[in-house]
Amino acid sequence: MTCERWETKIDAYVDGELAGEEERNFREHLASCAACSQATLGRMDLKRAVKSAGKRYQPSVEFRARMARRIAAPRPRAAAAWWRPVVVGLAVLLLAFTGHVFYVHNAQRQQVIREIADLHVTNLAGASPVDVVSSDQHTVKPWFQGKLPFTFDLPDLNGTQFELIGGRMVFVEQEPAALLVFGIRKHKVSVILSLDRDGLERLGSTETSVNSFHLESWSQRGLRYTVISDAESQDVHTLAELFRSTPRQ
Amino acid sequence: MPLFDSLYNLAHWLTQSREDAEDLVQETFAKALKGFGSFQPGTNFRAWIFRILRNTFLTSRTGLAATATKLPLNEEEDESVLTPSPTTPESLLLERLEADALHHAIAGLPVPYREVLLLADMEEMSYQEIADTIGIPIGTVMSRLSRARRAVRETLQGSTRKQGASR
Repeated sequence: MTCERWETKIDAYVDGELAGEEERNFREHLASCAACSQATLGRMDLKRAVKSAGKRYQPSVEFRARMARRIAAPRPRAAAAWWRPVVVGLAVLLLAFTGHVFYVHNAQRQQVIREIADLHVTNLAGASPVDVVSSDQHTVKPWFQGKLPFTFDLPDLNGTQFELIGGRMVFVEQEPAALLVFGIRKHKVSVILSLDRDGLERLGSTETSVNSFHLESWSQRGLRYTVISDAESQDVHTLAELFRSTPRQ
Repeated sequence: MPLFDSLYNLAHWLTQSREDAEDLVQETFAKALKGFGSFQPGTNFRAWIFRILRNTFLTSRTGLAATATKLPLNEEEDESVLTPSPTTPESLLLERLEADALHHAIAGLPVPYREVLLLADMEEMSYQEIADTIGIPIGTVMSRLSRARRAVRETLQGSTRKQGASR
């Protein structure tokens, strides 16, 4: 049972609507209250799930084409000037769209990054971050067979400081994905592998920091690789390089 | 045109039909073009065009029928929103459920709750943006959102219990 006093803050916190002292107080409370932190993690999961389930409907190709024709090429009637303001309006709207497309693209890319960071945090904070627990890549890899629409290979970690802890199946941007957890010193690193489609493609080749996490993402032979951790950025890069140099069979 | 996709997606969630969603998006664009003069540069374009979409929906036949559902009169004063719900942790629930259950839970919400939930979680709008889009105070955004999420959680819990019982 959550605390009555904080119950109404949970949604606001999950939606990023708490700031300053209010947010600090809420975080302090979370550190000392298992029920509220469990509820908060649950709400974060639910928000992510609703976001994923919400992107369900896509316009048909025919409808998209029909609308594009309607917006891009209005047919003016001869000897009539009534269409001029319409064309000007369309041009302004298209300009607004172009600016907005850039803004939206960037905002969507940031959303995907935040979603992956949330996934990394909530997964590690959960009671069982991995469903297959093994340091043996020959155990972990076959576990995913039949669960994912793709195959992948794991790098040889001999001679490195990384250890494989295990893996589980997750969904990112509605794509089924393998989430692999590695350890390096006292840090955990998540590596997320999925097909490079839809929202994930927006990440392109990325090296960035979000909150205190380092993230590196790239596409290779149709697969999207994303490495994220609170370890040093060099460690994230080293593990990313190990994956890059492991040819996919 | 990512905004086109977002508008269509919300239209489909609101109308629950491909044909009605296409009509709604088409009418929204027509109104946006016609009323572009009323858009003030520097203000939120996304909130503006989403507002046109939902206002168009509300005055459509489907919209009028869908919003006939009664909501509590004094939404902000309804204390039930402040009461912590006895719950199984959502994370455990979600693990057990299929995406379809979540889809049904969202689709089953009354339109005023559904639109707030989708704008907050799917479009990741801030409370202020949602308030601007729908034309309601921020307090109402928060109480509707809280109720929507609570209803989704309760529906999911119900469907988990059913799944458990059928096993």
